[in-house]
Amino acid sequence: MKYVKPHPEKCRFVQECMRACAQKTQKSDDISLSSILVTHADDGTVDINVCNQCGVCIDICPVTAISRTKAGTVVINKNLCVGCYACVEYCPTGSMRTHASRLAPFKCIACGACVEACPAGALELVDGEFELSYLEQNQAGETGDTFAKNYF
Amino acid sequence: MSTKTIAEMKAAHRLLATHHYERSPVDKGYTGKTLYVNVGTRTIEERPVTDDMKAKFTGGRGFGLWLLWHAVKDSTRWDSEENEVVISPGPLSGITQYPGSGKSLVVSISPTTDQVIDSNVGGYFGPYLKFSGFDGIELQGKADQDVIIVIDGQTGLVTLESAPLEPADTHRLADVLTHMYAADEKDLRNVSVVSAGSGADHALVGCLNFSLWDVRRKGVRIKQAGRGGTGTVLRNKRIKALVVRSPQVHGDDNHPVDLEQIQNTGRTLHREIFQNDASMERMRMRGTPHLVEVMNAFDLLPVNNFQYGNHPDAKKISSDVWVKWFHQGIPDGCWYGCTLACAKTVEEFELSTGPYKGERVRVDGPEYETAAGVGSNCGIFDPRAILELNFYCDTYGIDTISWGTLTAFVMECYERGIITTEQTGGLKLAFGNADAALELLHQVSRGEGFGRIAGMGVHKMKEYFVEHYGADAAFLDDIGMENKGLEYSQYVSKESLAQQGGFALTNKGPQHDEAWLIFMDMVNKQIPSFDDKAEALYYFPLWRTWFGLNGLCKLPWNDIEPIDNKKKHPPKEAAKVPEHVDNYVRLFNSMTGRTITKEEVILQSKRAYDFQRVFNIRLGKGLRRFDAQPYRAAGPVTVEEYESRAERYDTQLRDEVGIAPEGMSTADKITALRTYREGRYEKLMDAVYERRGWTRNAVPKLETLQMLGIDYPEVVEVVKRHL
Ligand code: SF4
Ligand code: SF4
Repeated sequence: MKYVKPHPEKCRFVQECMRACAQKTQKSDDISLSSILVTHADDGTVDINVCNQCGVCIDICPVTAISRTKAGTVVINKNLCVGCYACVEYCPTGSMRTHASRLAPFKCIACGACVEACPAGALELVDGEFELSYLEQNQAGETGDTFAKNYF
Repeated sequence: MSTKTIAEMKAAHRLLATHHYERSPVDKGYTGKTLYVNVGTRTIEERPVTDDMKAKFTGGRGFGLWLLWHAVKDSTRWDSEENEVVISPGPLSGITQYPGSGKSLVVSISPTTDQVIDSNVGGYFGPYLKFSGFDGIELQGKADQDVIIVIDGQTGLVTLESAPLEPADTHRLADVLTHMYAADEKDLRNVSVVSAGSGADHALVGCLNFSLWDVRRKGVRIKQAGRGGTGTVLRNKRIKALVVRSPQVHGDDNHPVDLEQIQNTGRTLHREIFQNDASMERMRMRGTPHLVEVMNAFDLLPVNNFQYGNHPDAKKISSDVWVKWFHQGIPDGCWYGCTLACAKTVEEFELSTGPYKGERVRVDGPEYETAAGVGSNCGIFDPRAILELNFYCDTYGIDTISWGTLTAFVMECYERGIITTEQTGGLKLAFGNADAALELLHQVSRGEGFGRIAGMGVHKMKEYFVEHYGADAAFLDDIGMENKGLEYSQYVSKESLAQQGGFALTNKGPQHDEAWLIFMDMVNKQIPSFDDKAEALYYFPLWRTWFGLNGLCKLPWNDIEPIDNKKKHPPKEAAKVPEHVDNYVRLFNSMTGRTITKEEVILQSKRAYDFQRVFNIRLGKGLRRFDAQPYRAAGPVTVEEYESRAERYDTQLRDEVGIAPEGMSTADKITALRTYREGRYEKLMDAVYERRGWTRNAVPKLETLQMLGIDYPEVVEVVKRHL
């Protein structure tokens, strides 16, 4: 499956990725509608937060509005979504985005627009297994979708 | 068994009345309309929700009380034409972001208490009713045939239809009707059904099942408005079911004034549950049955009709057993967005008795009350038997709590020879006899045998046993665990005076949703004086009433807490979970645009609460004498009970009562302890009524009604007779 892998050490904090994402996925110039979030701490370190397509949210959603496409990307069906935000708070990496103008959360769909837009090569579109950072700590060896089962 | 197809069943319907309507959009949590259906006269009407209703009664249970008050006469009984079943969700019901915000409140005049009953229930019906245009539905009159009422919020059409062929029992009926009224596969999730079952035709302890379509299990699930026989009232009206078909739900359907605040408040709680539930109650995995082991450890788990508070076999029905039975891995909220998700199921359970023997079914539950009620309280510690009883109670439309407590009563009467196989028709109803307990339940469904007598509930059974079997009335009053005609829910209150009040100084009768003070009182000793107890019995019942006014669940209030709750607040404050109180105030204000405080929350409740008290008085109840408790709720009735905890009671006699127990007979010790405990209960009553602004006879004083702004002439008229 494809997912966006960030390399924050290369990031120059120009937020081109966020502009590209908001434009491509939400047809908006407002970068707070971006699904990738680049933040800058006081000490100069940069954090790039983007969904790794682990799929925990699929099992959390009460109305099956979240599913995995054949290509492996985790997507939200806005029409089915009841806006409960359970997926937002249960996301292990905090990668679900919300905005006052949107009832449904939104998230990275691994389209690669940000990767193309980044002038510093800080983003990479990887095809393969996602990294189990959170999962490794908690349930080594489980895949995302089964990990979610252990949430109950 | 010949089974009709859904198309055949539908073809047999006759349209008895139709009503087209324009769906009112929800505004700040209210649609501004209620729906009135008289199944006798075949009238369907929309009625306005007045500003006064909103200001004084808030919604949910408050609306139910107000509508019912105006529908009935002083002489109305449960089976009178004019009695109603009112269902109302409340202004916060239907919020998807804050866990526990999808409840409906059912209000009616109860067949077992002959006064007002209210019951709080999950499932999708209430929110769907609101999103279909109505803040409540009143059902009045009696049909001359089996009918259903269909509210189609997608097209704006209400119909009253005859429904002769549908099966009566809920697990079949709700499934049939969900498929019948959903336009297609995708629409199934938009349909919710309210139904009772064959048992509610023959018993007074009938419940209502509220359904939801489970998108993952691809089947119907049900939650129960259990208490007080509302299912019996529905069936007495010959209403087989209500069906609502809602437009697709979205996150802003309530049109709150400040959605973002609601979203943020909801997110805070989701996060708390995510982070803390695994180390707190583990509700997501275990639901409520973890209380079995907690109650057992504190001598509070009812065993053998509340005689004892624990049992070595309790481990056979404790949560680690249920966790294995429960189907894990699915977000089991009874409404969207409830991440506390306590509504567990057992899947593919093979029934071994009754009309559906051999069928593999879904069991919704057991919840703690069911496991303790039909389980330990009846001396039954076999999970399979509990599941079977749980399933059949639900599908027959029988309240598991009342059923558990009344079966326990029957079993004790049987063991003590008050009834024998002669009366029971051969059923050997000894404690622990699960087969007999199940057969008794099947008899109710069939309307046969001793089951019909048992189905009257403890209160009416006591009268019947005295009249027909010559039983000793005083003894039955001591061991029959009912107050006001409602069976006790499943906690032993003997060692907690405050909880005795929490059960019996109630409006509807002994139900844990009003107050649960045992730990505060007995274990943590935080409310030692009468004033302390009275204060707790003022605040907590009112606080908990507020959930019912708004369509909320109590569990996300204190079955999950901020991690620092107990550190941050002194114990008595911590019990209120102050951060969560703030959440609720914020939710209410963000929804309605009003600016209430946490003090006003209590006043909102008090208006409904005191109004309900006056309503009961109007119906000839509600006075002090109806708050009396069976002595078993307060102390040991029998020698065995006393001797099983002799050290505890002897110590109390010595230290609290000031009598040296040495050399006294057990009978004398029982009497001495009883005199002491009954005296304390009377004192508690005085203190509580005083704190509540009521007279010593439990009548709300005029100035209290005036302060609350509910001094309507017809209300004043009722209390004046008793001042
Ligand atoms: S916010 Fe929408 S997508 Fe997320 S869990 Fe709730 S219903 Fe599902
Ligand atoms: S905590 Fe349980 S009962 Fe309450 S709303 Fe959630 S699932 Fe329903």
